[in-house]
Amino acid sequence: MFAYILRRLLYAIPILIGVNLLTFALFFVVNTPDDMARLQLGAKHVTPDAIERWKVEHGYDKPLLLDSKATGSAQFTDTIFFRHSAAMFAFQFGKGDDGRDIANEIRTRMWPSLAIALPVFVIGLLVNITFALLMVFFRTTYLDLWGVVLCVVLMSVSGLFYIIAGQYFIAKLWDLLPISGYAGGINGFKFVLLPVLVSVAAGLGSGARWYRTIFLEEIGKDYVRTARAKGLGEVRVLFRHVLKNGMIPILTGAVVVLPLLFMGSLITESFFGIPGLGSYTIDAIQAQDFAVVRAMVFLGSFLYIVGLILTDISYSWVDPRVRLQ
Amino acid sequence: MSFMPVVLWTDRLIFALLAAVLELVWFIRRHPHLRAPWAAVARRPMAMGAALVLAVFVVIGLLDSLHYRERLPDSPPGQPQYSVEVLSAFDALVGPLRTRQEKTYSAPLAMQLYAKEFIERDGATVRDYPRLKYGGAHLKRADAREPDIVRRILVGLAQGLAVGLLLFGLLAAWQTRHRHMVFGTWLTAWATGHLGWPGRTIALTVALMLMLGMVTFHLAAGYHVFGTDKVGQDVLYISLKSIRTGLVIGTLTTLVTLPLAIVLGIAAGYFRGWVDDVIQYVYTVLNSIPGVLLIAAAVLIVQVAIEAHPDLFDTAAARADIRLLALCLIMGVTSWTSLARLLRGESLKLRTLDYVEAARAFGVSHARIISRHIFPNVFHLVLIAIVLDFSGLVLAEAVLSYVGVGVDPTMYSWGNMINGARLELAREPVVWWQLGAAFAFMFTLVLAANLFADGVRDAFDPRLEGRR
Repeated sequence: MFAYILRRLLYAIPILIGVNLLTFALFFVVNTPDDMARLQLGAKHVTPDAIERWKVEHGYDKPLLLDSKATGSAQFTDTIFFRHSAAMFAFQFGKGDDGRDIANEIRTRMWPSLAIALPVFVIGLLVNITFALLMVFFRTTYLDLWGVVLCVVLMSVSGLFYIIAGQYFIAKLWDLLPISGYAGGINGFKFVLLPVLVSVAAGLGSGARWYRTIFLEEIGKDYVRTARAKGLGEVRVLFRHVLKNGMIPILTGAVVVLPLLFMGSLITESFFGIPGLGSYTIDAIQAQDFAVVRAMVFLGSFLYIVGLILTDISYSWVDPRVRLQ
Repeated sequence: MSFMPVVLWTDRLIFALLAAVLELVWFIRRHPHLRAPWAAVARRPMAMGAALVLAVFVVIGLLDSLHYRERLPDSPPGQPQYSVEVLSAFDALVGPLRTRQEKTYSAPLAMQLYAKEFIERDGATVRDYPRLKYGGAHLKRADAREPDIVRRILVGLAQGLAVGLLLFGLLAAWQTRHRHMVFGTWLTAWATGHLGWPGRTIALTVALMLMLGMVTFHLAAGYHVFGTDKVGQDVLYISLKSIRTGLVIGTLTTLVTLPLAIVLGIAAGYFRGWVDDVIQYVYTVLNSIPGVLLIAAAVLIVQVAIEAHPDLFDTAAARADIRLLALCLIMGVTSWTSLARLLRGESLKLRTLDYVEAARAFGVSHARIISRHIFPNVFHLVLIAIVLDFSGLVLAEAVLSYVGVGVDPTMYSWGNMINGARLELAREPVVWWQLGAAFAFMFTLVLAANLFADGVRDAFDPRLEGRR
């Protein structure tokens, strides 16, 4: 087990290096610092001097990969690649265009993100499973058919619609909850409620439909027939056998997104004014703050790989037949 | 010539795609084993109804892909000059819908502007809602509006129904001759659903669409059916123009995805070893980068490139078109991984099957084994992926436009409509029609695509037998 985890961790390193090289290529080679400066400064203020000044301010005035003028190890360390890309492995993200330390921002902003994403994840899972089980329970009747149709209809509605409709009806028209905003501690509850509600509703269609297929796959298996044959009622079969075994693919499928919950959701956070990592990212994209975008790409990949490793471990944990080698 | 045809890059690809689809249809028709699953799709009421709705969207999208530039009326005969505005066959067809522009917002079916203005009335200047230039301009008094609207709706319904009945009569006449049936028997078979194809659903869908189309036609002749937007443009027109953008993103992106996913996925599964390792490494790296961020980074780069070469594009439409194409490319490059993984798994299984082993023992080349034995057996997965991805891509466009990395802001798209109208909800009274129209059109297209995709998946995936 330990050796396996170690091997997986070692395997993660080349992937992170790949992500790092790709972002480096995208942000510095295809799109040179000069281009970035031009985009940032706007068409009116582009002079060679201004570009040079912008590059010095942001630390992009160094050579890309190799500084032939320097001596010794400085040949490699005093470059854009080392300062801005390789440094990410030590979680040194540098400063954003607003002059604030990115690593610091991430540390403070991940908690509001988590305050939304974690309840969405847990409540969403519960609601989707309940809905799926209900459909499976009524699988021979029209209730199931209409349940599936309802799921397809819910899936076909744009995610933006849920947010805009929720904000408009619940917050503006009926004045039940604040439209947007955030506060820490117990006061934050009323701000968290609406985004959570909207996000759960937005995920219900696809989630419930997917879980329904998983449960239906289980229900066709031999052990379920055996359970029925020995006289168990439908409810008992469903909850004791089908639910338990169906949870294996559901939970292991959910593990991969667990670390990514820290990243928050771009759209939800920006609509509801949550000061989390999602709104941080979207602001950075809109302001074309490349340092922040780069940092978020690296962080997202890192968390995804953590999720992959956790998934592998959880497989062997819930299902002893899966051996890790 | 009074116009100059313009062929944008996406137009070329769309018509190439159309040709490929027609070729495929022709190929499938000749092979009974390929025809069978499609016949199963055609027997599903839900899928056929959805297919008809999709067909209407596709026809509008195709009409909107025949672009041209009008000749300027005052240009000398020897040296014709053309307008910089790129129009399409669809624009020519709807004519006045495009040109009847008001001053600013107006509500659906309104005859007055949304905002008050100083207007001259009986010699005095009063502050009131001015009449619209075109919406309800044929009415003399405000209280004539409602009866007029009701009359137009009723006329539209009646005409739609009449055309529907006529079509139904023609269908019945053809069917009774073709099947040698008495009309009464055929009608009973139709009503009880014993035709072998979902006649009731098709008739109902066609009738509904005809009635809806006719009502819209009659209302649009006198009013702005979905109101007007901030610059006074008809929202119905914008929504219809956005269909093409949605279709382009939904189809061309998959077109980019397919070669990558098919070649790399099958290669990884078939050759295994280091090929598999390299391909798996590449798609894990791509997969691990958050999709939106990768798209954002790439779109920013494309934006810089477009701004650096303004001389390459003769019109704003060509510029926006290149950006749309770039968006499709980028989304394709970031989204081939899931299909590749699926194909890899399937090829891993197929390569151990007896007939593949036998082919290898006979010394058949790898290329031939893959094209004759592996690819035809994974093709259903490719097809399912195409139809399943379509709706997701249409929805993604709206989100990307909101983030600011979607299509060009000057392009007609539902994402841009939503983005532009989002803040207007805070106004009093609420400007809801732009959002409403965008969501309604997007919902119709995506729902139809989802229902159709379900039908295709059920017909093609043998594992789903009995648990839909």
